[in-house]
Amino acid sequence: MLQVEGIDVYYNKSQALQSVSLTVNDGELVTLIGSNGAGKSTTLRTISGLLRPKQGSITYNGQRVEALPPHEIVKLGIVHCPEGRRLFGHLTVTENLRLGAVSQHDRALNERTRGEVFDLFPRLKERANQSASTLSGGEQQMLAIGRALMAQPKLLLLDEPSLGLAPLLVESVFAIIRRIKARGVTILLVEQNAFQALEVADRGYVMETGRIILADSASALRANPQVEQAYLGGAV
Amino acid sequence: MSLPLYALQQLINALSIGSLYALMAVGLAMVFGILRLINFAHGDMMMVAAYIAAFSLLAGIPLPLALAMMVIGTVLVTLVMERVAYRPIRTAPQVAALLTSFAVGQILENSALLASRFARKPEQIAFPGIDFLRGVVTIGAVTIPKVNVVSLALGIILLILLSLFVTRTTLGLSMRAAAEDLQAAQLMGIDTNRVIVTAFVIGAILASVAGLLYAVQAGTINPIMGFSPVLKAFIAAVIGGFGSISGAIVGGFALGLLEVLLTAIPGLGDILPAATTSPGVISFFKTYLPSSLTSYRDAFVFVILILLLLVRPGGILGTTDRDNTR
Repeated sequence: MLQVEGIDVYYNKSQALQSVSLTVNDGELVTLIGSNGAGKSTTLRTISGLLRPKQGSITYNGQRVEALPPHEIVKLGIVHCPEGRRLFGHLTVTENLRLGAVSQHDRALNERTRGEVFDLFPRLKERANQSASTLSGGEQQMLAIGRALMAQPKLLLLDEPSLGLAPLLVESVFAIIRRIKARGVTILLVEQNAFQALEVADRGYVMETGRIILADSASALRANPQVEQAYLGGAV
Repeated sequence: MSLPLYALQQLINALSIGSLYALMAVGLAMVFGILRLINFAHGDMMMVAAYIAAFSLLAGIPLPLALAMMVIGTVLVTLVMERVAYRPIRTAPQVAALLTSFAVGQILENSALLASRFARKPEQIAFPGIDFLRGVVTIGAVTIPKVNVVSLALGIILLILLSLFVTRTTLGLSMRAAAEDLQAAQLMGIDTNRVIVTAFVIGAILASVAGLLYAVQAGTINPIMGFSPVLKAFIAAVIGGFGSISGAIVGGFALGLLEVLLTAIPGLGDILPAATTSPGVISFFKTYLPSSLTSYRDAFVFVILILLLLVRPGGILGTTDRDNTR
């Protein structure tokens, strides 16, 4: 479904990604783990078109997409739910969801999807007319995910969905991720919580200083002593 | 004239000038909200509109057509300005964009000058009279120039339409989203160019209406007529809380009130009824707040602006939260 091949990405003059390659197959949940600053978010931002690679290519369902602007990429079905949630805090929950569906012009479908999002997150329905900035951290994360679902993702890029949440909420976020996957959405998940991420993922990539250093099935990565040492805190 | 009538008349003056400031300030604020660009050429949009209207009317084009040409022409000039001057430097440092806006202003002002030369007209052109804006409205003992009443009414109607647009339509919501977080807006599938162009176009439409009303009120137009209004609009936007549309509206009316208040109070000594007011009060006003102080009005406005910003750095509606001004 998605092939990233040898991309180099720079922030001004400093190189953030070095020849990063990865593949996501239809229906898979692939996770990208690694420490802070390893280039995980940069990889997602390049796929969604916010950054342009200097080298390399990104192919989605046979189409080259690395030069497309973000709004064209969303239309193709690649939807990026960014780190830090990035909600429109002055706008209400409903308005945020409406903007999530900006790329979709089928009103009936949007209405139905909003119903599904409210089923998935009943709290959002209760707070439909509140401005997003008044929501709790967990509710904001739910809204961010709900807003991304409004764009009818075929490939969902999830960046640190559990960051800053209480342990109980982290559990429920991962439960939601499983449910989204069960609906047939392909997911590329970036997580600092490597243990949980490898629990839900089919495959994983490990990044370090802008490079991919390991690629394997999630179960093999969990069993890998090097990964256990560095990212799982030796706790498994 | 009695004091309540004087107050009423001044209030309507204040609201009418305030609605012009609000129309201009909203345009500045919308563009700033999304692009972080203080578009000082925005005042020149007023001037362009006034020139198109004046030249068309002087050429004998009927009023409705002339007004349509004015709005469309101003929008076209704005579209070219956005495409040629601002879009290429969108990722450049903010100071580059600010300087560009001054350059754009210079080009427009000199074009107006050239146009006047070609038409063999003086630098200062008498604005042709428009019948439905001429004369006064009399309510009881209060007389108000018709153009002030029309300014106020038109300003309020346009600002209501604008609020409906930004709260009800998807494009309007997209604009507000882009003002809050441009990248997140892009990730929703919002086309940045589309919302930026929309902000410029709405600004141009409002500026063209303001330009017409301003020209009618002033009676003459010249190439630099937009300078003082854009400065005032900028102040209005800062007073209200820069970058927010509601802030710009509140700021525009607040500035109008403040200016008229500062003009009206120094003149009080001359109109206070001598029979019912103690001579002490009258002589106080005449000594310490003579009507000649009126010419220092702008200085007082700036002093009050500075004081306000010391107390509320984010403006009346603004917060001190950095995230919200982003």
